[in-house]
Amino acid sequence: MSENAILRAGPSRVVAPVPIVSAAAQTQPHRVNIAASHVDVFYAAKQAIVDVSIDIGEHQVTAFIGPSGCGKSTFLRCLNRMNDTIPICRVTGRIAIDGEDIYDPGMDPVQLRARVGMVFQKPNPFPKAIYENVAYGPRIHGMIGNRAEADEIVERSLRAAALWDEVKDRLDEPGTSLSGGQQQRLCIARAIAVSPEVILMDEPCSALDPIATARIEELIDELRQNYTIIIVTHSMQQAARVSQRTAFFHLGVLVEAGDTETIFTNPRDGRTQDYITGRFG
Amino acid sequence: MSNTLLIAGLLLLMTMAYVHGRRRALSSAAGRRVALHSLPSYHGLYIALWCGLPALALAILWLVLEPSIVRWMVVASLPEAQRSLPSGELGLLLNDVRNLAPGNVAGRQPDAATAAAVETYRTLKSIVFWAMVAAVTAVAAFGFEVGRRAIAPAFRARQRVERTILWLLVAASTIAVLTTIGIVLSLVFESARFFDKVSPFEFLFGLEWSPQTALREGQVGSSGTFGAVPVFAGTLMITIIAMTVAVPVGLMSAIYLAEYASPRVRAWAKPLLEVLAGIPTVVYGFFAALTMAPAIRELGTFLGIEVASESALAAGIVMGVMIIPFVSSLSDDVINAVPQTLRDGSLALGATHSETVIRVVLPAALPGIVGSVLLAVSRAIGETMIVVMAAGLSARLTANPFDAVTTVTVQIVSLLVGDQEFDSAKTLAAFALGLLLFVITLGLNVVALTVVRKYREMYD
Repeated sequence: MSENAILRAGPSRVVAPVPIVSAAAQTQPHRVNIAASHVDVFYAAKQAIVDVSIDIGEHQVTAFIGPSGCGKSTFLRCLNRMNDTIPICRVTGRIAIDGEDIYDPGMDPVQLRARVGMVFQKPNPFPKAIYENVAYGPRIHGMIGNRAEADEIVERSLRAAALWDEVKDRLDEPGTSLSGGQQQRLCIARAIAVSPEVILMDEPCSALDPIATARIEELIDELRQNYTIIIVTHSMQQAARVSQRTAFFHLGVLVEAGDTETIFTNPRDGRTQDYITGRFG
Repeated sequence: MSNTLLIAGLLLLMTMAYVHGRRRALSSAAGRRVALHSLPSYHGLYIALWCGLPALALAILWLVLEPSIVRWMVVASLPEAQRSLPSGELGLLLNDVRNLAPGNVAGRQPDAATAAAVETYRTLKSIVFWAMVAAVTAVAAFGFEVGRRAIAPAFRARQRVERTILWLLVAASTIAVLTTIGIVLSLVFESARFFDKVSPFEFLFGLEWSPQTALREGQVGSSGTFGAVPVFAGTLMITIIAMTVAVPVGLMSAIYLAEYASPRVRAWAKPLLEVLAGIPTVVYGFFAALTMAPAIRELGTFLGIEVASESALAAGIVMGVMIIPFVSSLSDDVINAVPQTLRDGSLALGATHSETVIRVVLPAALPGIVGSVLLAVSRAIGETMIVVMAAGLSARLTANPFDAVTTVTVQIVSLLVGDQEFDSAKTLAAFALGLLLFVITLGLNVVALTVVRKYREMYD
């Protein structure tokens, strides 16, 4: 039933690109949450990101767009230091969250990742029960004292990810038994469960069908009330639909960043213009 | 020797056929490669196969049938007196004939009749051999001609050759399967003979193992008992000791290699660990008997515990060391097969590397790890050399790892070593033990493979 509703809602979302971004949202300044300055990333000798500086506002959706291999995912993974898991990867420059340098030697990447959650391109639920998937993060961070607390966190997170009604009767079933879109919402619930400030999404809809995509986009729009969201996407329509601010990457360089409406209607840079009009990429 | 020459000659013929086929195919297409349906080498192979395979099959058939035909002809040539000998003595006589024919010395001085038979045998042998050479050559030539005629630009030599090779592959796998079936059947039939003499109930549930049979009536200690429980209990105890060593060490080294080791360390450490599997078991055996067992006994004396010089502990520990690479190598593969996205998902939630390994990677890999452990168990149960050298012979029902125990494989060895009559319960018991062992390891392997397969389905 709910899927029908989305089907009907779908076309209007596609046609009107940015109904979300009201005039008020644009003028009202957002507090800067993440500030990156002069970030370079190297894979061994190859430079993947060149001198990127960007401010990302709190409780906004920021979209990173650009052609494949332009470094947008690499830059995203710098923000929760997931690049640390790649031995040959080296990051220089300064990235601060709430004024705190996340590459400072005193910063614990494990604690950082509890503050900066991440949702991946391919849904990757653990081969555990749905309940355990959500309770996993809070457990390892000692946020759960007893069963009642666990139940409460699991329910709250699944509700926030708009998945509760679909799975509340089968929380013991493995997370891998859900459909692709449900799995991705489960991964979002899993990320929300540890109460992060920021959620990074690396092409979260690229493995999903249009209906599941629409649900996730709707969810992203709701989540921005409480979280700073950064989404990497290949789809310019998606960037236009869900984001308030857009950053365009090309060949490892941040070409242009600004309000989504401005980027899509009146870009300053010729390369942005070419990309959004489909001349390359 | 002459047979080897024959085969070599056949191979030479095949090579010539191949070369000829190639050339003929090319000339049939007037040198234009593209005009041929199949590459020239397929035409060459086609002729070579026609030339070689039927001739080879004939030669093998000939060599299989030859001895009995020659024997029958030699017997027919013998004088009436020898021909009517009882079969045992006739066999001895023919054995002499076979030994004398190449000019060797036989056990007894040949009489006139035997000498005549030797002469007949020699003549027959050489006639039969040259007949075979002629027949094989004829078949090869015939095959060569058949293949040669088929060659034409449009001839589908490729498909024919591929189908022939397919049949060769099928034949090879059939041999493996038939061998297995043959071994199982021989076990089953010999065990059936054993169970004629000893009831299966006594064998399966009897608590005493003393495999004696009387050589003559009224001998002292002639009553054998064939209760297999103590023997299997010994196997079980040594296996448990071995797994107590192998599972923790193997699993932890697998976790280290798969999750923590740098690629360079891994490239060195994994092959080195696998060398353990390449050490001959007999070397482990004397390590267990000469180094481990005395060391454990002295440690026991030091601690005031009485330890048998052939303790289950020594054999079990060394067997455990031998099995480490089975556990570690298979588990390492299984852990590596856990998708990186699961690790990323856990790390991105703020889990440490160890938390990720313990709570996400290992549970995901668990079915495969169980499978690898079960395979290692069946290896431990069937292991023979270490326990023959380091475990005892007396079948004792004990739970004390410092005692000497015996195992199924040790008993099979000791039942069959030396001169034995192959119809007493004592020797036949070896087959029953072997059958039971086979059933147990087969069951374990089936369970292990099912578990591993189930695990594979999860990520595909």
